[in-house]
Formats: sequence, structure tokens, C-alpha cells
Amino acid sequence: MFNKLLIMKLGGFLLLLSGWSIVVAALALLHGNAVSIFVLSGVAVEILGLILVARAHLPVGEGQR
Amino acid sequence: MTSAGINSLLSFAICGCCLFVIPLAISGVTLVNTGLGRSRSAAHAMTCSLCVLGVAALAYFVCGLAVQGYPSHLDFLGGLDRGMLGRPHIFFLGVNESLQLLAAAFATLSVALASVIVLGAAADRWRIIAACASTAAFAGWAYPSFARLAQSWFLAQLGTRFGMGSGFLDAGGSGFINVTGGLTALAIAWLLGPRRGKYSSNGMPAAIPAHNAVFVLFGCMLAWVGWLGLNSAGAILYAGSPPERSVLVVINTTFCAAAAGLTAAAVTRIRFRRPDASLIANGWMAGLVASSAGCATLKPATAILTGLVGGGLVVFSVEFFEFSLKVDDPCGSISVHAVCGIWGLLAVGIFSGIPGQLMAQIVGIATLLGFIFPMTYGLNWLLNHIIPYRVSADGERQGLDLHELGADAYPEFVVHADEFMQR
Repeated sequence: MFNKLLIMKLGGFLLLLSGWSIVVAALALLHGNAVSIFVLSGVAVEILGLILVARAHLPVGEGQR
Repeated sequence: MTSAGINSLLSFAICGCCLFVIPLAISGVTLVNTGLGRSRSAAHAMTCSLCVLGVAALAYFVCGLAVQGYPSHLDFLGGLDRGMLGRPHIFFLGVNESLQLLAAAFATLSVALASVIVLGAAADRWRIIAACASTAAFAGWAYPSFARLAQSWFLAQLGTRFGMGSGFLDAGGSGFINVTGGLTALAIAWLLGPRRGKYSSNGMPAAIPAHNAVFVLFGCMLAWVGWLGLNSAGAILYAGSPPERSVLVVINTTFCAAAAGLTAAAVTRIRFRRPDASLIANGWMAGLVASSAGCATLKPATAILTGLVGGGLVVFSVEFFEFSLKVDDPCGSISVHAVCGIWGLLAVGIFSGIPGQLMAQIVGIATLLGFIFPMTYGLNWLLNHIIPYRVSADGERQGLDLHELGADAYPEFVVHADEFMQR
């Protein structure tokens, strides 16, 4: 259980960093409407990361319900 | 003297005067944090705030300014240009000109305010020494990193280089003060875990009441005065606003806080049949926080709209963190400063009417969530392994006043049992 939670936390933080990387990469590499689409995609990835981190911090048992 | 010269001098004078009222914002937040905590940890909360203020100021002096640099708008004083501002070094070396000192003083007070915000989520269970260590990392590295990105690096250039409105707008610090502080508060609340007895075995939270509602509400009034100074100086220093716009800043800040406080009162009246003092205070603070980003950009009507949403949002956010996420945040710091700070940043994009501004604000929020939050969580996770953050179970039962300071805040009061705790 402990390892599972740790992996969830790590995965969540990796998703947060990945989302931000997508946003920065979109700014650096793309032009026009594509920038907005990729920025929003990056934010969506960050939200997934936040959800994962939040679930990993629920008291043991709560996340299983 | 030319009109540009008069404007520059006026800007400098307004910023200088504002510096003297910004400490009231820090005092206000400290009083709110102390009042919402428990009576057996009241002296600890105030002492911890003073220690944290000291550490934040010194850490910023040692390396914070060197990391942050000067904002790109800092060229309003006629005789000075960007070249003369120069590059700041550690220990404030090379900070000699009056304009450099003004920027450094404002940033020092801002980082002190952001550091005090964090204490609210960790009340009644965070050791002073751990709070000081965490603050050193926050004030010396995490806060200045985002401030640099927002004020002079790529977020500030989103408008000129990427065609996103006027770039990331955050005049009074909804993002670089409140969201950085609020996200750090979330990281620490997660690392510390809830207070003893907060959640029963089936996960239901107990309502641990605030020990002094008068502290809390007086803190809100002090914070209002401080925020007027914070937003006025921030608008000139970080948004390049002309001095005459300070009146608009004062109006927007007051209207936003008023609307948010009243909305929180109405929402709690409808939901709980009585207005809730602590949530109204949180609503008022949420309005101040949400007003900061757009204080110089929004119109009074949109500032009121921002406050209306912020005041409602904070009530639901406090419940969401407490009931759904099981985060024990005694002072609502995460909801007030992180959630409503993010709302304030979004509101600028939605209501400013500048094409592309919303996207610039979203990029700024993405940076806060995707870069600053993992960094601040990682730093605190590491520090927690070196200096354990949480007091012992005995210390928590005894109260942090006696455990850490050896004396109670109210020695003549009878300490009653924890009858509100679920066993």
C-alpha cells in the first residue's frame, strides 16, 4: 500500500511537471491557434497530476472507496 | 519640472508611503491565523509568525533578491533607466539607488507576507524550527523564482513575444504572493497530516472552533488597510500603472473585498441558517486576494463581480478541502490564498477585455501549478526528512504554547476538555 501511494505521488508530480513542459514547449515551438490548444492540453495534464497527488494523500482506506 | 518628472516623483512618493502600511497586511494575516487556531497554541502562533518574518526577510536579503532581480516595469523614475538598475547580487550588494531600494523593500515585505500565509494551514502542529527552515527555502528560492518568471522573464514577455495580451498581469500579487504561499501551505498541510482528533475513524471531520473570533475579524480590517498599500505599490512597480490610477486601485480593492465578504455571509446564511464569522472573514480575505491581480486593470463593476465569485468560491472550497480531500487547514489558507488567488488571476483574463489576456493568465497559473508547486513540495519533503516538521503527539495534546514555549498565552484561563473531538 505504501509503495502504491508513493508511486501515485511521484506519478502525480511527474504529470504536473509534464503539463508545464507542454505549456512551455507550445510557447517555444508553435504559432497561432495551436499554441492555445497545446497550452490548454498542458493545463489538463496538470489537473490530472493534481488529482493523482490529492488521491495519494487521502488517508489510507479513503482512496479505496 | 516636466509632467513626466512630476509623475515619476509622485509614483515614488506613493510607493514609499505604501511601504509603511504593507506591514498591516502581514499583521492582519497573523491575527487571522492566531484567532482561528486553538487557545493552547495562540502564543506559539504569534511567536512562530515573528520568527518566520525574521527568517523570510533575512533569507531574501541573503539570496532572494539575487534570484528575483528587478521587475521589467521598474523604470518610472525619470532619471533612471534599465542600465542603471543593474543586476542585484547576494546580500543586497550593489543595491544603492533609491529605486533599487524601493523595489527591494517592497519585495522583502511581499515575501514576508507570503511566508506568513503558509502558517495558517499548519497551525497547532508545526514546530517553530521546522517553520523557520521551510521559510528559508521558500523566501530564498521558491518565491523569488516565480517572481522572476512573472516580472521579468517569459511570463512578463508573453504579450510582446507571443502576442498574449499584455503578458501575465499580477499587479498586487494574487499569484506571486498569495498562490505561491497558498500552494506551499497545501504542500505542508499534506506533509504534516491533520491535527489529532480532526478526523474520526470513518473519516468524518470534527469542527474545531476558532479560539478568538475578535482577533480574526480585527485581522481582516488590518489586512484591508495593508492590502490597499500592497495593491497600490504593486500596481506602480509591477504593472507600470500611472500614479493617478492609485485611486482606482483603492476603489477596486475595497469593492472586491466588500462583495466577497457579503457573498460569504449570504452563502453561509443560506447553507447553515446563520452567517458564519470565520467564513465571512475568509470571504473578506478572499476578496482582498482576488482583487490583487487586476486592481489596476479592472473596472469597479468587474472588481465587484470578481469579489462575488471569490466570496462564494471560498466557502465551497473550504468544505471541499475539509470533507472531500481530508486536508486539515485550520485557517482556510489554501482556499483563501491559493484557490481565490488563482480565481483573481483568471478574472483579469476574463474581465480585462484585452485579446489574448486570458491565455497569458492561464500560462501563469500553469507555471504556478506545474513548476512552483512540485518544487515547493519537494523542498519541504526533503526538509521534513532532515528536521521533522510535526510536534510529538504529547506536545499536540498539551498544546504548543506549553510544549514549545513553556508558557501559555492565557495562563489564567481554564483550559477545557476537547469535547468537540470525535473519539
